[in-house]
Amino acid sequence: AFKAAVLIQQWYRRYVARLEMRRRCTWRIFQSIEYACEQDQIKLHNFFSYLMDQFTPSSSKERDFISRMFVSGESYKEAELEKCCDYESIEVPDSYTGPRLSFPLLPDHATALLEAFQQKQQLHARYVLNLLHETRKHLKQLPNISHVSTCYSEEVTVCGDLHGQLDDLFLIFYKNGLPSPSKSYVFNGDFVDRGKQSLEILVILFAFLLIYPKEVHLNRGNHEDHMVNLRYGFTKEVMQKYKVHGKKILRMFQNVFCWLPLATLIDQKVLIIHGGISDTTDLNMLEKIQRDKFISVLRMKKRKESSRKPEIQAINGESKPDTDAAGNEAAPRLSLQPQSAQAPSTANRLEFSRWLRQTVQEQIDTCRRLVDVSESEPEELTYSSMVSLKDVDEPCWTRQEEWKQILDILWSDPMPQEGCRENKVRGGGCYFGPDVTEKFLEKYSLQFLIRSHECKQEGYEFCHNRKVLTIFSASNYYEIGSNRGAYVKLGPELIPHFVQYQANKTAHMLTMTQRQGIPVALISRVEESAFRALREKLFAHTSALISAFKAYDGDNTGRITLSNWATAVESVLRLGLPWRMLRLQLVRSTEDGMLEYKSWLDNLAMEQRSQEHIQSSLLEVIYRNRSNLETIFRIIDRDHSGLISFEEFQQTWKLFSSHMNIELTDDGINDLVRSIDFNKDGNIDFNEFLEAFRLVKQCP
Amino acid sequence: IVAEIEKKITEAFEVFDRESNKTVDVREIGCIVRSLGCFPNEAEVQELVEQVNMEVEEPGGFIHLEQFLPVMTKVLLEKRFLPIPEDVILHAFEALDENKCGYITKEDLVKHLTEE
Repeated sequence: AFKAAVLIQQWYRRYVARLEMRRRCTWRIFQSIEYACEQDQIKLHNFFSYLMDQFTPSSSKERDFISRMFVSGESYKEAELEKCCDYESIEVPDSYTGPRLSFPLLPDHATALLEAFQQKQQLHARYVLNLLHETRKHLKQLPNISHVSTCYSEEVTVCGDLHGQLDDLFLIFYKNGLPSPSKSYVFNGDFVDRGKQSLEILVILFAFLLIYPKEVHLNRGNHEDHMVNLRYGFTKEVMQKYKVHGKKILRMFQNVFCWLPLATLIDQKVLIIHGGISDTTDLNMLEKIQRDKFISVLRMKKRKESSRKPEIQAINGESKPDTDAAGNEAAPRLSLQPQSAQAPSTANRLEFSRWLRQTVQEQIDTCRRLVDVSESEPEELTYSSMVSLKDVDEPCWTRQEEWKQILDILWSDPMPQEGCRENKVRGGGCYFGPDVTEKFLEKYSLQFLIRSHECKQEGYEFCHNRKVLTIFSASNYYEIGSNRGAYVKLGPELIPHFVQYQANKTAHMLTMTQRQGIPVALISRVEESAFRALREKLFAHTSALISAFKAYDGDNTGRITLSNWATAVESVLRLGLPWRMLRLQLVRSTEDGMLEYKSWLDNLAMEQRSQEHIQSSLLEVIYRNRSNLETIFRIIDRDHSGLISFEEFQQTWKLFSSHMNIELTDDGINDLVRSIDFNKDGNIDFNEFLEAFRLVKQCP
Repeated sequence: IVAEIEKKITEAFEVFDRESNKTVDVREIGCIVRSLGCFPNEAEVQELVEQVNMEVEEPGGFIHLEQFLPVMTKVLLEKRFLPIPEDVILHAFEALDENKCGYITKEDLVKHLTEE
């Protein structure tokens, strides 16, 4: 009987081990795809930056378009902002049954908001704008680094990423209590994107911020950035919920985000930042930076220093008064090769940049006159250093250095190895090692760091010898059952005490039982979701995969070994995944250890095919660019109306096609544009936009 | 073939390598070995760990990939700890299931494991 028992034990252990392996692999899949996406975002930015450098507008129309896209879109002018927060003119109908706010806010308002959101009600646009207006006023007077002391309210609760998951915030409040004079909270950024209730979370957090200004502290996260919002869902959410006033609300949020403090310091001993640090992080600089100048931390590539000087000289020497004429005369047709630095083209770019500077300066002067604000420094546009007008007025560090400080704080991740290197996975910030942490803590006499930014299975995780704590408050982040959320409480002793939770009760129960090895549909479900995402990614790289496979198939048999399959796939996708472990889930049929790759890829394609039966190669292109196209569409659709005018589309097309190396004449574009507008309403909506790329690929 | 086996082992190892420094907690070795297709019992896992730690001066709570790889490769090449055939396992269950109810409880299993 003993022997029998041992056998069963063996079998059982093996079963548990396999489950564990599956669980971890699934985790890795989600994480690697998530970070690869963030990298895309940065690449997209570099793309725009590249275009900006290369594109010479050949007509005033084009110039206007570019300027709209990159200049006026990103600056905030006091006058326009006043127009935005003109909430008083917005009437609230009597039929509105949601909460009505009046300022200054009282605790009752917060409770009303909580109840309303629990019942899925929506706050009227007028109150949203009003709230944002007041929030901005409040945030403006806060320093870059908030200071909290545990002697006022004995314990401080620190929460990490929430990412629009309102249920988690409710859970936290339920378990820990609402903010109050005896209950301090620090929310460490990334309140928005991905989850569907980012707006509600912000409203609640801002409300509490105003009601209990001493006890509630908010840090900016990398997602409190409108360029990131465009892609990850917040912009969409706002426009869907507020069809009439959405644009105004978004502009206000954009502004409020850049006024969020960058860090919080508890008892001068514990520093809380969203991402991490780098070996150049300087708290003194961080305290003094004008944080509101960095509307978006995702920035264009800086223009080379060398090109600046001749530009300035040329501008001083320029005597051409009429930029329009100059622009038209000297500008060549838009060529699809990068411009070489010849005198005429340089002149064009200089002309253009000069015109930009003039325009910007004019705008600023107009604003100044309107608002009668004597700011000590002219308004800075974060987007392009080429319009930096305050070269002379700079403090002892450069705008570039300031930007790096903020980027590092918001985007960095800890790593186990020593040193500090560029964070290539995310495309921003760096990886910092335990030695960097050690030096930093010593330099500023700190005990440890608290940060967020990375999803952790248990909701929290220590590293660097317990000197760095990651706290993540969005449970079930990747999928139901993927992870717990947590918050940490610190008393005067500054000893962390954790509370974990999981928003979905059933999911929580399942996680419990899965530990005891009982087969749970949960693992399968999360796994299924992960593999679906992975297969999509594989499909999107079909042509690259075919080339890679062919390289291993010298005899052109159409088959490769599974070992080569794994190597090839990794070389194309670069996700760092254990492909041999995942193989069984991805590759169904093999013959004596060999895979027929063509039919495997065909099978993948069949799963992805939409109803339109588009050729798989075209679908591949669309898929690969799908999230980018949506972002691009939204960027061009400046007024967030969901529609692009013909002209806007033409300009966009030129820009994008030069990036994709597709030749198309102006006439070709016109025909294309006309044929795209399927419903002939004179505008292009997003579906028509997507269709456009398919059609071009079909052109001979 | 050896190269392929080594790649497989390395992959499995890395999944459990939390800090990406080529070491895993010694308690996870059992999991790794089993997910590579082997069915060792606890005693056999311990033996394996000892084998891996033979060269190591001060075996701590961590196993390094360098020592693990050769030992594990040998295990896979020699096809040690093969899976028990299904009918044997069924037989085992039936042997313990005195009441013939089709299942055994956790307590029963524990009892049998700890009694001898």
